[in-house]
Amino acid sequence: MTANATPVARAAAPVASPEKKKQSRHLGTHFFLTVICITWLFPLVWAVYTAFRPYSETGANPRGYFSVGGAYNFDNFLKAWKDAELFQHFLDTLIVAIPAIILILFFASMIAFAVSRYSFRFNIALLMLFTAGNLLPQQVVITPLYRMYLALPMVSPISDNGMWYDQFFGLIMIHLAFQLGFCTFVLSNYFKQVPREINEAAVVDGASVWRTYWSVLLPLARPALAALATLEFTWIYNDFFWGILLLTKGWKFPVTSALNNLSGQFFTDYNLLAAGSLIVALPTLIVYLVLQKQFVAGLTLGSTKG
Amino acid sequence: MADLGQRLSRRTVLKSGAAVAALGGVSAFIAACGGSTSTPAPTAAPTAAPTAGPTAAPTPVAAVTFGSNYSDDVPKKAMQAVVDAFTKKTGIPVTVNTVEHGKFQDSINAYLQGTPDDTYTWFAGYRMRFFAAQGLATDISDVWSTIGASYTDAFKTASTGDDGKQYFVPFYNYPWVVIYRKSVFAAKGYTVPATIADFTALGDKMKKDGLIPLAFGDKDGWPAMGTFDIINMRMNGYDFHIGLMAGKEKWTDPKVKAVFQKWADLLPYFDPQPLGKTWQDAAKDMIDSKAGMYFLGTFAGEQATDKTVHDDLDFFPFPSFGTAFDAEKAIDAPIDGFMVSAKAKNVDGAKAFAEFLASGEAQLVFLASSPNNVAAAKGVDTASYSPFQKKMAEIIGGAGKIAQFLDRDTNPAFAGANGMQGFLQTFLGNPTGDLDKFLSGIQAFYDTL
Amino acid sequence: MSEFAVTQPVSSTAPSASAGGAVLPTTPAKKRRRRKFSVLTRRDRLTLVFMVGVPAFIHIFLIWVPTVASIILSFTKWNGVGGIEKIQWIGLRNYEVLKDIYQPFWPAVQHNFIWLGTFLFIATPLGMLIAVILDRNLRGSRIYQSVLYMPVVLSLAIVGFIWQLIYAPGSGFINNFLDVVTGSTKWTTPGTAIDWLGNHDLNLWAVLVAASWRHVGYIMVLYLAGLKSVDNTLREAAAIDGANARQTFFRVIFPVLAPINVVILVVTVIESLRAFDIVYVINKGLNGLELLSVLITTNLLGEASLIGFGSSIAVVLLLISIGPIIFYLYRTMREQPE
Repeated sequence: MTANATPVARAAAPVASPEKKKQSRHLGTHFFLTVICITWLFPLVWAVYTAFRPYSETGANPRGYFSVGGAYNFDNFLKAWKDAELFQHFLDTLIVAIPAIILILFFASMIAFAVSRYSFRFNIALLMLFTAGNLLPQQVVITPLYRMYLALPMVSPISDNGMWYDQFFGLIMIHLAFQLGFCTFVLSNYFKQVPREINEAAVVDGASVWRTYWSVLLPLARPALAALATLEFTWIYNDFFWGILLLTKGWKFPVTSALNNLSGQFFTDYNLLAAGSLIVALPTLIVYLVLQKQFVAGLTLGSTKG
Repeated sequence: MADLGQRLSRRTVLKSGAAVAALGGVSAFIAACGGSTSTPAPTAAPTAAPTAGPTAAPTPVAAVTFGSNYSDDVPKKAMQAVVDAFTKKTGIPVTVNTVEHGKFQDSINAYLQGTPDDTYTWFAGYRMRFFAAQGLATDISDVWSTIGASYTDAFKTASTGDDGKQYFVPFYNYPWVVIYRKSVFAAKGYTVPATIADFTALGDKMKKDGLIPLAFGDKDGWPAMGTFDIINMRMNGYDFHIGLMAGKEKWTDPKVKAVFQKWADLLPYFDPQPLGKTWQDAAKDMIDSKAGMYFLGTFAGEQATDKTVHDDLDFFPFPSFGTAFDAEKAIDAPIDGFMVSAKAKNVDGAKAFAEFLASGEAQLVFLASSPNNVAAAKGVDTASYSPFQKKMAEIIGGAGKIAQFLDRDTNPAFAGANGMQGFLQTFLGNPTGDLDKFLSGIQAFYDTL
Repeated sequence: MSEFAVTQPVSSTAPSASAGGAVLPTTPAKKRRRRKFSVLTRRDRLTLVFMVGVPAFIHIFLIWVPTVASIILSFTKWNGVGGIEKIQWIGLRNYEVLKDIYQPFWPAVQHNFIWLGTFLFIATPLGMLIAVILDRNLRGSRIYQSVLYMPVVLSLAIVGFIWQLIYAPGSGFINNFLDVVTGSTKWTTPGTAIDWLGNHDLNLWAVLVAASWRHVGYIMVLYLAGLKSVDNTLREAAAIDGANARQTFFRVIFPVLAPINVVILVVTVIESLRAFDIVYVINKGLNGLELLSVLITTNLLGEASLIGFGSSIAVVLLLISIGPIIFYLYRTMREQPE
């Protein structure tokens, strides 16, 4: 635990530790971290290895999964893509995620703007309600929500069966309801950092509340919105629970929920299962690796800037 | 929605009292529930009117929508062949909505109350009667007046609801039997056991040869029910079994305890780790010759996608126990088929489809691509049957009593994950536990329903 | 399912950090000059009511109305078919059944607490420890961070699938590895392999390893963000006072990070109560993997839903979660500027 001294503290310490000792300590730390990282990567690496090998060489032979050699190819990926109709399910994910993210950010920024710029009597109450709602386990609401979704009517272009149940729309709405709290918090903290003067200048110019929000504050929040959009995309993409409960038509399942809906073959052919899982995991991994900054920014927004 | 929204917003948003808000929300919610269910279901006109269904179709031939749980590769393709044959014959297009087998059952309740397809796949027995009794199925007695002649009385009974009307079209059935690979039996000189003593002796031999005698996978909770059914019917007879399923007999009966004791004695012959495996995993164990035998429905053959392997499969009925009930030759031979939903839009089309499905012709089309079942209609030309199918027909024909399956013969809430699935897994996880306590727990749960 | 938890930390870090900021002299306290509602024009006022009202309505309608409905339904019996006229009021009967007859209930409660304990005492501290180490700006720190965080972007459902490849009875990595080590061939001696997912004494732990795989990275990033926000002058001051690394962390840094500690605590608790996906994809929460969250859906789904009974389990879950939620609200709202 002594290895935990921060470099800053160490550097600032009047008595600098001997160079050698310091290095050897770092070595130990690197060793520890390397071991942990290898352990962490292993399940993914194993999945990749399994996915590249044909079932005939692994599943049907003794200790086949543990063997080396033989064919390595993309067959499992192609088969998973085709058999599981993954293209359709990726499309389903986008049909849900894109409107949901836009609506979430739109509504959250409105509330955030209102509560950070104007005082209402129930500002705090509202924030408490949102936060509490956001923390609630989804399963607390699912039973009545399920019945509500079956009972609530919806007009035809939005719903193809007149209900909220089994509709992309219904899925979008529940994501919206649940995610609002988080985004509202982040954005209201963000808005609070924007100098009042900007706001006031707009008011002096005679801008309405709406214009102040839409043309002045919202553009300023672009970095925050980008970070939140990245995070929200991952979360909605990864949703499993709402998908399996609020949908029934096989083709409508967003890709993460669809994985559970695959044919039984996937559950005996582990090579195929590995390939399917990796295909589904890939987009979030790419988003994370490419937009890592946005990602971490989203999580730490406000916390570093106070 | 607008009305509901207004009511809600007025009560919950404007009024400050939390209790008032809560009540407002809930009353709106309940009102909404009532509203949806009071929608009258389109009642099917029993007369064969030539006009289209209640919602006038814009095109001359309205498509029939069909909810299918045939999600595995082999049956999915087989069902598509049937649908194509129907469309070719009648010109009525069919829109198939395939949902994974387990998921289909999970959401069936919501599905039927929501916007179900015109016709859907389902199971005979209690599970069919349950939905018929809830008003979620369309009476198809008129279809039965046409197709009745092609089914035996047993099938008609299995298709009849509590009110004496028919709600179900049987398509095929399949027996629960002990499946094995002929090549393995031949190579090791095994013979088919007739009695339970032969059976355990064979099991001992297999163990010595490095095989698991009986493959077993109960991760999904239901395959173990088949084992319970057969031991119960062998030891206590069909009538007791059905009485137990219907709640007339008690789970605390010593006869039931004897079944579990016998099962515990036999467990050393089963795969010792069934709870981490699905039935597909277990079928693979038998197909890959890791296990000598597998007690399951003949649909296990679906996992043998290689034809030469499938041709190598054979089976025999679960051995006799030397009880008074041996002569019954009772088996589980569940019937799968179709129902027409109460909310069907294209009732005439759905009935035409149902009628087609009842024909030997349609059933043979399916069985050609999925030779793991036998046609439900009688008098079907069995010339095209594989030896595997011929034997199935023989065993079903020779059975004196036919049960459906535990989860089709009893209250679905009792058979589900909450009830028997969990109980049987508990037993398999701890077969030497206190059986009296275990059985009184089952009975207590049954009594709460 | 983890999203909310994730979200929490963040959202909570925001207000909490501002509190942390108050401790630090470098962050000037913000002056609030918020405009009063009453000075606005009628139109602007309407705009604001719309801006707050619409999202608030959606949130209340889809989250709080069902929550209250869960409570009410928990006193009823209803199989989900038919309208209100089919709902029977049965008082506390569901709770009695839950307590005395429904066998999965107590195991589920126990498993939820084991889940919580494992996260709280193993996964969360490990994540914090790694964060503290990585905060030293070691060479390659970003790579370590990326690797450890990677599982967090995966859905718990995918995590479940990927770990099945490790645990599976015949084909899984561990059993094959053990076979090689012990020199056994699994075909001839069935049963030597360990039934990681089927054995009801083992499978919860196997799943917890997989869940922790994801949780550690999550906590790490949250905590790292908190650590980065700590003013370096604090560390310098502690060093000048002769504090060693451990003392600096426990006596200076840790207390300053109280707000983020609260966040991490609450995230850990809520994540444990929400656990669902991973167990559901592995065996639908049967046989040793019972959790309250899964029991609720088990009773909702299927041919004969037990709506009232399932709701009573939801109420139990609500009661367990309400404590941490109130604790969290109390901590953060206290710090929220009026």
